[in-house]
Amino acid sequence: MGAEILKKDLVLLDFWISPFGQRCRIALAEKGIPYEYSEQDLLGTKSDLLLCSNPVHKKIPVLLHDGRPICESLVILNYLEDAFPEASYPRLLPPSDEPYARAQARFWAAYTDRVYDVGTKLWKLKGEAQVQARAEFAQVLRNLDGELGDKAFFGGEAFGFVDAALAPHTAWLPSYERYGELSVEETAPRLAAWARRCGERESVAKSLHSPEKVDEFINLLKKFYGIE
Amino acid sequence: MEKTPENASQAAAAPLKLFGSWASSYTHRVQLALRLKGLEFAYAEEDLGNKSGELLRLNPVYKKVPVLVHGGRALPESVIILQYLDDAWPETRPLLPADAFDRALARFWCHFADDKLGPAVGAVFASTGEDQEAAVRQVHENLALIEAELRDGAFRGRRFFGGDDVGLLDVVLGCGSYWLAVFEEVTGVRLVDADAFPLFHSWLHDFEALDEVRETIPAIDRLLEYARGVRHMLLGLAGAGDAAASSTTATPTEAPAAAAPPAPAADIAVDI
Repeated sequence: MGAEILKKDLVLLDFWISPFGQRCRIALAEKGIPYEYSEQDLLGTKSDLLLCSNPVHKKIPVLLHDGRPICESLVILNYLEDAFPEASYPRLLPPSDEPYARAQARFWAAYTDRVYDVGTKLWKLKGEAQVQARAEFAQVLRNLDGELGDKAFFGGEAFGFVDAALAPHTAWLPSYERYGELSVEETAPRLAAWARRCGERESVAKSLHSPEKVDEFINLLKKFYGIE
Repeated sequence: MEKTPENASQAAAAPLKLFGSWASSYTHRVQLALRLKGLEFAYAEEDLGNKSGELLRLNPVYKKVPVLVHGGRALPESVIILQYLDDAWPETRPLLPADAFDRALARFWCHFADDKLGPAVGAVFASTGEDQEAAVRQVHENLALIEAELRDGAFRGRRFFGGDDVGLLDVVLGCGSYWLAVFEEVTGVRLVDADAFPLFHSWLHDFEALDEVRETIPAIDRLLEYARGVRHMLLGLAGAGDAAASSTTATPTEAPAAAAPPAPAADIAVDI
């Protein structure tokens, strides 16, 4: 290709605190791809652009490339690997002649959704359901800790696909600890160290909001759903 | 990217073994993909009510079928396995299109099949009365979205979602769509109207006519018998109240694509 990418070629429809949007911001930054960020009003009225670009789900993130929409964070991350190939951009997935490593990366990237799904149950549910969610969440942390092992990143020595998928959820961990009555440091010490390591990366530091802001946002959502 | 002779012969030589369940559409996806690629494989039937220690060792995170073992390495999750087959055998009948945007579309609609259509069909199967009517409406809405893409959207004018030949999305949607006819028969509810969804209907017909698909999908009367048994059990459990919610017994959780009763927490996903 060789043509210089202009910011306007790529537009990311996003919501400031969405961990799914942040995955895309991190991946774009890691790959050094310029883009225009477009904050969407999700709590008020969704824009026509968003509704046209993702008519099926009406959700962010949506990446518009020369006007064509790509929806869903992991679809976007895979798209960036396919459309901006290794010859010119750092890759996040293992190389194509390592199919097993790629499959592992895709598996664990999809698994990281569990942090948000189960984490949400921690503040949304009460009673027996919450107790169950707490046990489930601890297991999710242990699974991730086990997969990371003694590596610096899920990708090995280099920050990769799974790291980009999971990093945004680190800002939510302090809230999950409080609602879940657990400690990430105790349950998943290697994961806790990894979270600190990720926070030092520019792509992550620039994309994430503070745990305090996340906690405020959870309170907002609780009001929205009528949860005490 | 061209394989070195060493990699290519390694890939060809290493044995393939699939752990699956005969009524699981996720298992059928992998069997079909292996057949489309012309790959020999061994098969081990799992009793989902009594899972083998080997399966639990191979898929400790989800403890589910299918799992494909290639040269001793375990690969779970059907859509991931299918992409793996493309990465490991790139020259043979690719499942994913070459173009990056088309690949993104295929992946998006695979998620739709698994996250929206599958659970909606499962909900029809697991419910009665007004709940079932609502579930049927949901299925129709989902099918309408796919029909629209076939009519004037991303898949306009194509015989298969993959183009002239079947691809990833055909395998994912196709292995599971046979449950539509089965559930219609068992519940007496109309799901795929040839008049309402003509293009989806004709795609499904062409898909099911392929040799590799006929080799993979179990005989309709076996599926009917199986579905009748599951429905009977689900309705019996539903009558017993919350017992239906956590389906720890046997087959329903994995077999027909999401035929388990809808999870009580299904509506708690935060919509941001």
